Amino acid sequence: MAKETRELICINCPMGCPLTVTLEDGVATSVTGNTCPRGDSYGRKEVTNPTRIVTSSVPVDGSAIERMVSVKTASDVPKEKIFDVVKALIGVHATAPVEIGDVILADVAGTGVDVIATKRA
Amino acid sequence: MMTQTPERHAVVIVGGGPAGLAAAIAAHEAGEHDVLILERDTQLGGILNQCIHNGFGLHTFKEELTGPEYAARFIDRAAELGIPYRLGTMVLDISPERVVTTVSADRGIERFEAGAIVLAMGCRERPRGALATPGYRPAGVYSAGTAQRLVNIEGELPGREVVILGSGDIGLIMARRMTLEGAHVACVSEIMPYSGGLKRNIVQCLDDYGIPLLLSHTVVDVEGRDRVEAVTIAEVDERLQPIPGTEVRYPCDTLMLSVGLLPENELSREAGIELSPVTRGPVVDQSLQTSIPGIFACGNVLHVHDLVDFVSQEAAAAGAQAARFAQEGVEPTETRGIPVKAIDGVRYTVPSYVDPQKMDDTLTVRFRVANEYRNRYVSVYLDDERIQHRKKRVMAPGEMEQVVLKRADLMERAGVSSITVKLEEE
Ligand SMILES: Cc1cc2nc3c(=O)[nH]c(=O)nc-3n(C[C@H](O)[C@H](O)[C@H](O)COP(=O)(O)OP(=O)(O)OC[C@H]3O[C@@H](n4cnc5c(N)ncnc54)[C@H](O)[C@@H]3O)c2cc1C
Ligand code: SF4
Repeated sequence: MAKETRELICINCPMGCPLTVTLEDGVATSVTGNTCPRGDSYGRKEVTNPTRIVTSSVPVDGSAIERMVSVKTASDVPKEKIFDVVKALIGVHATAPVEIGDVILADVAGTGVDVIATKRA
Repeated sequence: MMTQTPERHAVVIVGGGPAGLAAAIAAHEAGEHDVLILERDTQLGGILNQCIHNGFGLHTFKEELTGPEYAARFIDRAAELGIPYRLGTMVLDISPERVVTTVSADRGIERFEAGAIVLAMGCRERPRGALATPGYRPAGVYSAGTAQRLVNIEGELPGREVVILGSGDIGLIMARRMTLEGAHVACVSEIMPYSGGLKRNIVQCLDDYGIPLLLSHTVVDVEGRDRVEAVTIAEVDERLQPIPGTEVRYPCDTLMLSVGLLPENELSREAGIELSPVTRGPVVDQSLQTSIPGIFACGNVLHVHDLVDFVSQEAAAAGAQAARFAQEGVEPTETRGIPVKAIDGVRYTVPSYVDPQKMDDTLTVRFRVANEYRNRYVSVYLDDERIQHRKKRVMAPGEMEQVVLKRADLMERAGVSSITVKLEEE
């Protein structure tokens, strides 16, 4: 049985806990060093299928207060899809009024994840 | 206009960022409903409006929010409570008698008399004087915060080929943001042997994109007359002096500076509030009260925070204390309480004084360390007696630490004359 450990930093929050993930035959069997349960699931995922939330901003038309509206992927997307998400957002405009949570681009880059607004405009 | 009788409010809050909002909400929830927020910008939310990345509020809301979403939670709560605010209103002066003078386009100069004041003005970036290179100041040199504002709020890309000096969090965040926007970030150069930013930002903003972090490196030359054309980076020795022969030239059109933040305390200084030479923020006691009774401070104006959750917690405490002061006044005491000493690797503490009579059952004391440390103990002494001793695997100047003092510990030991927070090897 091939046993290895990987040292990671949990990026889920600014505490940045140092994690040690133990892998047995490529499967994460334990995580230590985390302060909260999120660190455990992050560690397991990061060594097998790393994902990230992508944030950006897009121009908004017809808003009296903002020129740009900030957006994010509603949930995390595979790390290798980050640039596809950003590319898909090129040329996308929002139209005021925008509420937090409004879908700005559905199913971005075939990830099944929507891009939603994070600010009112 | 100056002769008009000033408007009176129980609690006046200077700044409508996360600190000001949380302080206002807490003052209201503590039963003081006559609260007014003064904000110079055209919207509430402070620096969070331009921090569009995620990672805010996990510990407060149990979900990971972006800056604007985190701000909206507090803006909505303040609206629910009907807390009034003035936008486009810049505070010009605060007097020790707690008179606040403001200017705004629509109302001109106004004065407000306050029962209590909460300072929540945030911080600003260290100026580019920090860039000790000779020669011209061509276009294309930006502070990271200015660049962040340009990209996220104005929708403009400052440049395409970027070098970043300083590894503060804004610089790290902007390295990723510029990369995603199609620019190429050649490297982040940091003069110190450790990063000034959070580890998580090094992982997800640099490592994820293969952007090198050059520790112990600095910019020694900037080329270009009208616009930056190249910068030269060299390694530095232990005395932070460039080592000849290590220079590498990077052609680029943009140099971004992320060399740290400074609390915004011109107003506090002019009011005569005692400031700490280490944090550059007010010296406060257990109720986050400054050296002037009835004036409280919280958030980045008090000391620079990396975690907005802590800003909100600290500000809520300041707001509640301000409400209490406005309602009850507080009987003056001769001393400000027991001094808290920061030594042996602890650079400062907030607060700097603790009065056991007036503190709550527990009190969070926040601090930063002077260097990168591994496997050190954080210890608390009451005079010579060690009452806390906790091992930490890693500590770094970029990350704020804390200890919790218990009122009972102090009450049991009458006559304690100092509280010391320090690092120990064992
Ligand atoms: C780039 C960056 C990235 C960050 N990333 C994270 C992160 O990922 N996670 C996290 O938890 N935290 C993060 N933080 C930290 C957190 O956002 C800050 O610590 C927090 O916003 C500080 O709040 P504040 O209210 O003290 O200051 P600010 O948000 O700066 O608010 C101060 C307000 O006061 C107003 N003001 C100032 N002077 C006057 C005056 N004279 N009159 C009237 N109004 C005035 C300003 O206009 C401003 O609105 C980040 C901070 C920065 C700068
Ligand atoms: S383990 Fe929990 S507390 Fe630690 S960084 Fe991850 S999310 Fe934050």
